[in-house]
Amino acid sequence: MKEITYREACHDAVRSALMADERVFLIGEDVGSYGGCYAVSRGLLSEFGPQRVRDAPLSESAFVGAAIGAAMAGMRPIVELMTVNFSLLALDQIVNNAATLLHMSGGQINVPLVIRMATGAGRQLAAQHSHSWEGWYAHIPGLKIVTPSTVDDARWMLHAALADPDPVLIFEHVNLYNEKGALNESLTAVPLTGAAIRRPGNDLSIITYGACVNKALRAATELAEKISCEVIDLRSLRPLDEATILASVRKTSRALIVDEGWRSGGIGAEISARLMEQAFYDLDVPVARVCGAEVPIPYPKHLEDASIPQVTSIKKAAETLVGSHE
Amino acid sequence: MPMLGADMEKGTVVKWFITPGAHVNRGDVVADVETDKGVIAVEIWQSGDVEQILVEPGQEVAVGTVLAQIRSVEDKERPSVSEPKIIAESKPSEGEIPQRAHASPLAKRIAEELGVDLIKIKGTGPNGAITRADVEDAAKILKEIPQPTVITEAVAAPVTTGVPSSDQMRRAVAAAMVRSKRDIPHYYLQTDVNVQKLMSWLTEENRRIPVTERILAVAPIMKAIALGLRESPEFNGFYKDGAFQRHSDINLGMIISLRGGGLVAPGITAVDAATVPEIMGRLSDLIERGRRGKLRSSEITSPTVTISSLGEQGVDVVYGVIYPPQVALIGLGGIRERPWAEGGMVGAAHLMTITISADHRVSDGHLGSRLLNRISELLQNPEAL
Repeated sequence: MKEITYREACHDAVRSALMADERVFLIGEDVGSYGGCYAVSRGLLSEFGPQRVRDAPLSESAFVGAAIGAAMAGMRPIVELMTVNFSLLALDQIVNNAATLLHMSGGQINVPLVIRMATGAGRQLAAQHSHSWEGWYAHIPGLKIVTPSTVDDARWMLHAALADPDPVLIFEHVNLYNEKGALNESLTAVPLTGAAIRRPGNDLSIITYGACVNKALRAATELAEKISCEVIDLRSLRPLDEATILASVRKTSRALIVDEGWRSGGIGAEISARLMEQAFYDLDVPVARVCGAEVPIPYPKHLEDASIPQVTSIKKAAETLVGSHE
Repeated sequence: MPMLGADMEKGTVVKWFITPGAHVNRGDVVADVETDKGVIAVEIWQSGDVEQILVEPGQEVAVGTVLAQIRSVEDKERPSVSEPKIIAESKPSEGEIPQRAHASPLAKRIAEELGVDLIKIKGTGPNGAITRADVEDAAKILKEIPQPTVITEAVAAPVTTGVPSSDQMRRAVAAAMVRSKRDIPHYYLQTDVNVQKLMSWLTEENRRIPVTERILAVAPIMKAIALGLRESPEFNGFYKDGAFQRHSDINLGMIISLRGGGLVAPGITAVDAATVPEIMGRLSDLIERGRRGKLRSSEITSPTVTISSLGEQGVDVVYGVIYPPQVALIGLGGIRERPWAEGGMVGAAHLMTITISADHRVSDGHLGSRLLNRISELLQNPEAL
C-alpha cells in the first residue's frame, strides 16, 4: 500500500498508458506546456513529446472531433476536457458521432475514444465550471460513463477504458484531485463497470458515486452506532450495476441515493425508478434522494456548500429513513 | 363495478370474499373494492348462487363492468347460460370511507405472510407509515394473546369475565364505528351553553355534602339532557330493520375510556326519573366497574342515547360518532370561563359547548336544535333539576 493523491493516480494512469501503447495520445486544452488545468499531465510533454501530448486550440468541438477521427483510424486517443461545462461545446461530436457511429455504420466502425473530464463543485469555480452532468451523459446509449472515486479506480479505470472498443467518458470530481488514498500496489487492473460496496451494512443502502462516496462513508461512520449503512459506489453510471443495487436494497429494504447532480431527471431519479420497478415489494420506506440544489452552482463558499450534498444532509436523510422504530 | 361515489370512474377489486358455487344473501359483503378514496366493502343486493367471477383481484375496471355472475333464486329454473347480472349494483356511499393504513410494500407483504391486520398497527416509519419492524412487533404480540376468531360488532359484549384485551376492544370499537359511519347519515349541531348558574349552584350544593358524595357537573347535565329528550322522542331509541323505534325509557350511556385503551358505553336507566344525587352515585359506580370490567350486559345494551364527555381532557367541542343502533349522541365539551355577551355587555361566564350528532334518517336539524335549546334552558334552572 502506498499513499498517493487522486491527481497522482490520474497522472500515473495517463503516463503508463502512453508508455504501454504507442497508439495512445493525450489531447486537450493546456495539457502540454501548462501540464493540465488540474496538473494531471504535468511533465508528460517533455517525456513523450508534442506528437503524443498535444495542446489543442480552444475548440472542444474541433479536438473531440479530431480524436474521434483518430480513434476510427486506429489510434487510442485520450481527450482531456477541462470541465464538464465545456464538454457541452463538444456535445454534438460526443452524442451524434462518437456514441452513434457503431450503430449507424451497421457495426462496421467502432470509436475507441476515451474522454476524461473534471466534474462537480467544491472549489469555488462557480457556475462556469462546477456542475455535475455525468447523469446527462448516462442518458446516451453508446457511451459508457464511469466515475472513479478511489485512487485505485483513478489509477486503473483509464486502462480498462482504453481497452474498451467503444467510447468511454471518465468523470473525475474536482474535489478528489487532492484527496489522498492508499493505492493497492498489487492491483494491475480494475473492471470498467460494476458497482463496489465500499462499506457493508444492514439498515440502509446509500447509493452514490464520485466525490459523494467519501461523504457517504463519513456519514455512515458517524451514524454507525445507531444505523448500519451500506455504501455503494456505483463506479459506472452507464451501464448501471442493477444486480448490486437490487441485492443491497433487498437486504436493507431502504435506499438513499446521493447525487451531486440536480434532482429533476437526474441519475438518482433513474435509480429510484429501477428500484420501484424491481424491488418495490422489498422497500420498507419510500426511496429518498439527497441531490444538488436546483440552482447554478454558486460562487460563495457557504452557498456552494449548501448547494450540494454534505455529510450532515446525508445523515439527516438516513435518520429520517430508518425512523424512530429502534 | 358499482359507483361508490359520484366522482368514481374506475375501481380495482382487491379481494373477493366469494367463490363460484357459494351462496350469497342480499347484504353480504362480497368484495373489497379500491377506489381513489380508499377500500370499500361491496355488498350484494340479490340473493343467489355465484356462478362465475369475471374480474380478478388487482384488475382495474370501469364503473359498470360486470364483476361476477350470480344465479338469483328466481333464476334457478332457467338454464345456466342466463344473462350476466351485475352484482353489487351501484349504491352511493354514505358517510366516510374507512381509512387506509399507509404501509410500506415490504410491510404489506410481510403482514400478509404473518397474517397481521395492518389496520390495527401504529406505524413508526416516515409520516407514520407502517414498516416491516412494526408488522413484526405486532405479529409477536398477536402470538402472545389468544385471538377471537370472529370480529364482534358489539362493544365489549358480555364483559362479566373481565376487561377484554385492548386489541379485541379496538376491533369491536372499529367495527361499530365503521358501521355507524357507513350506515348513518350524521348531522351535527352545536351551541354554547352558559352554565354560570349551574356552576354556582354546584359549589353551594357540594359545600353541604361529604366529599365522597360530591356532585360533578355532568350529573345535572345528564338530567337536563334526559328531560330534554322526554320532549324530543325522535332522538331516543333505536334504528332497526329500516325504521326508527322510539324507546319509552330514557337510558343514557356514558362513554368511559379504559386505561388499557378502548371504550365502553354503559347506560344509566330512566335518567329522567332519577334525582341528581342518584345519577351521580350510579355514574360513579358505572365508571368504577367499567374500568374494572365488571359491567352487566344489560348495562351495555340499554342506552338509548349516548353521551361523550371529553371536557376534562381539555377539548372544547365533541363531534361524536353515533353508536348504532342508536340515533343520537350528545357531546359535552369542557366548561371554561369565556367571554359572554349579554344585554350589550361583555362579561366572563362559565360556558360549555354542547353538540348533538344525530341520524338524519330519523330527525332533522330543526328538531336537533330544539333539543339543544331545551337542554340549555333547563340548565339555567339547576335547582329544579
